[in-house]
Amino acid sequence: MEISKGISVSPGIAIAEALVLDAEDYRIPTRYVPAEEVPHEIELLDRAISASLVELKEKRDRLAKNYGNDTAAIFDFHAGVLQDPKLKKDLEELLVEKLCSAAYAVSRTFLALQRRFNNMRDPVFAQRVRDIQDIEKRLLRHLLGEEREDLEHLTKSVILVAHDLPPSLCAGLDKTKVVGVATDVGGLTSHTAIVLRSLGIPAVIGLSDFTRNVSGGELVVVDGRRSLAIANPDLDSIRRYESEIQRLGVFTVELEELKSLPAETLDGQAIQLLGNIEFPHEAQGCLDQGAEGIGLFRTEYLFIGSPTPPDENEQYEAYKTAIKIMGDRTVTIRTMDLGADKYLKTSDWEPERNPFLGLRSIRYCLRNLDMFKVQLRAILRSSVHGNIRIMFPLIINLMELRQAKMALYDAMEDLEEMGVEFKRDIPVGIMVETPAAVILCKEFVREADFISIGTNDLIQYTLAVDRSNEKVAPLFTASHPAVIRLIKQVISTAAKADIDCGLCGEIAGEPLYTLLLLGLGLQQFSMPAVDIPEVKQIIRSTRMPHARKVAREALRFETDRQVHNYLRDETRKLLPPEAV
Amino acid sequence: MPESPSFTESTQPPSSHASRAVTIVNEHGLHARPIMQLVDLSNRFQSRITVRKGEQIVDGKSPMEIMLLEAVRGTELVLIAEGPDASEAVNALAKLVASGFNEEGV
Repeated sequence: MEISKGISVSPGIAIAEALVLDAEDYRIPTRYVPAEEVPHEIELLDRAISASLVELKEKRDRLAKNYGNDTAAIFDFHAGVLQDPKLKKDLEELLVEKLCSAAYAVSRTFLALQRRFNNMRDPVFAQRVRDIQDIEKRLLRHLLGEEREDLEHLTKSVILVAHDLPPSLCAGLDKTKVVGVATDVGGLTSHTAIVLRSLGIPAVIGLSDFTRNVSGGELVVVDGRRSLAIANPDLDSIRRYESEIQRLGVFTVELEELKSLPAETLDGQAIQLLGNIEFPHEAQGCLDQGAEGIGLFRTEYLFIGSPTPPDENEQYEAYKTAIKIMGDRTVTIRTMDLGADKYLKTSDWEPERNPFLGLRSIRYCLRNLDMFKVQLRAILRSSVHGNIRIMFPLIINLMELRQAKMALYDAMEDLEEMGVEFKRDIPVGIMVETPAAVILCKEFVREADFISIGTNDLIQYTLAVDRSNEKVAPLFTASHPAVIRLIKQVISTAAKADIDCGLCGEIAGEPLYTLLLLGLGLQQFSMPAVDIPEVKQIIRSTRMPHARKVAREALRFETDRQVHNYLRDETRKLLPPEAV
Repeated sequence: MPESPSFTESTQPPSSHASRAVTIVNEHGLHARPIMQLVDLSNRFQSRITVRKGEQIVDGKSPMEIMLLEAVRGTELVLIAEGPDASEAVNALAKLVASGFNEEGV
């Protein structure tokens, strides 16, 4: 039994046989063939190319349906490369002149291509090496007939174990067969992580060298609740996890029934539970789980999912889609939070030494005003379809807020001149996600209509911990006394100023923190749709005086371990033990 | 109009051959989507189409080769066509490049 600790990107537990995806390491059985075999190898190559093209077309259409044509356009390039006359010529030369097998010719040609991409100066172009690898793998799979890689025609449940998952693969996963995912690398905010979370597949990433511990067909546990992956679990663990899965199943059914009930404490305090979304269509999932609105629409995914930034109309359509789904419920649109680990693929992008301390988020927008205003105009135009709020990320000083508002007024003027309709009274708020913003909160609440605490960044900047770095990730915790004291400060400042204060970081959806946040006076929790029922369950089983007592107690501890254990014990009293 | 020196002498009729210098104007350079637009358009012409960047000359119907040119914004390219519809091809392709491939942020 090997237990690895990683980063959970999607909760839930799964036990199944491993399906291990090799990274680049395809074994090529025959490198050279006798001359009389050459026509046969050429035919094999042609067939592999045709089969790959058919597959790409299917993938493209499916992706276009779910994420729009822009994202799907990536696969047009893949198809273009497969039909590339120069590539075909290179491959056939190797077959005919060097008597290479089709698979070896593919491997050699693509290795050379990868080298050329790796040597590129422009980082955005150099990143295309991932597409090249994707295309190569697809061809090799068709040539070598690796059945175990055929994710689209699985006959039994598996847990996908891989060094890394390419985005194309993730979008095509069949969640009835792929019951869990474990990868060696990957960041919490990667596209892969987001897709896994919205598919609801239990997944733990950043497991360092988990693939080395597992062979295909061996039993694996993915424990998204504890951020663990276990290779070859012992009998005891298997029994424990099997019964946990069973109990969770019962628990989930109970949660289903909660969807239509109000989020209200036993003593009648109403709490707003809102959804976090990345893509417009996810709004429906929030409604289905009983969300009263969208507390965080992360618009940057419209940008990074696509090889070119979406124009004003495309953005407008995306916002409109989400707003229309939500009806008259509030949709809080956060302006693009690019930079750090989410880049636009522009040609003038330069790597930064400290991207998380660099030109990211509102700083990036204020530096690229034209692009920012395109987004603001699109948001303003969408405002006529429902109730929206605009939220600026990573504000650290008043000047930034004023400049961002100025850009918003400019966008309003543009629309006025063009005679385009929009709402004027849209609430404008900020994310509080740095110690600076917490300390200056009193000043901010005078100029912002609402605030929302972004705990993921707040924790990172308070504790100076990068949680995507597996070497320090265990230090990343909201239970740190400094973090909960900062959160307390923000909530009470907002309450005194009588403005809305929400929290849209991950802990909003973690049952462990529900009592604490409730007790600190938080009234708006914004989280991924899947987490809503469980949080609601806790809210509905407690009273405000009790929650306040829990918060008071938690604030008295000196270490994160004490806070964490105390909150766990208090939460367990309200939920079945396997839920915490 | 700067032209490739190797083609300057052969512009007399029957003109089977045309070339034009263009500059990449779209923000993200010649990346996947514009490349496919360029290749799709090239494929509509019978002429042999090549793209030159400095000393590199690649097939205008090969998406991989064009990607490898690493043509970021501001890159100067020469579009060259040889064949019965050479000048139409060069005109159409130059127009596409100049339009920034109809992308935002040009």
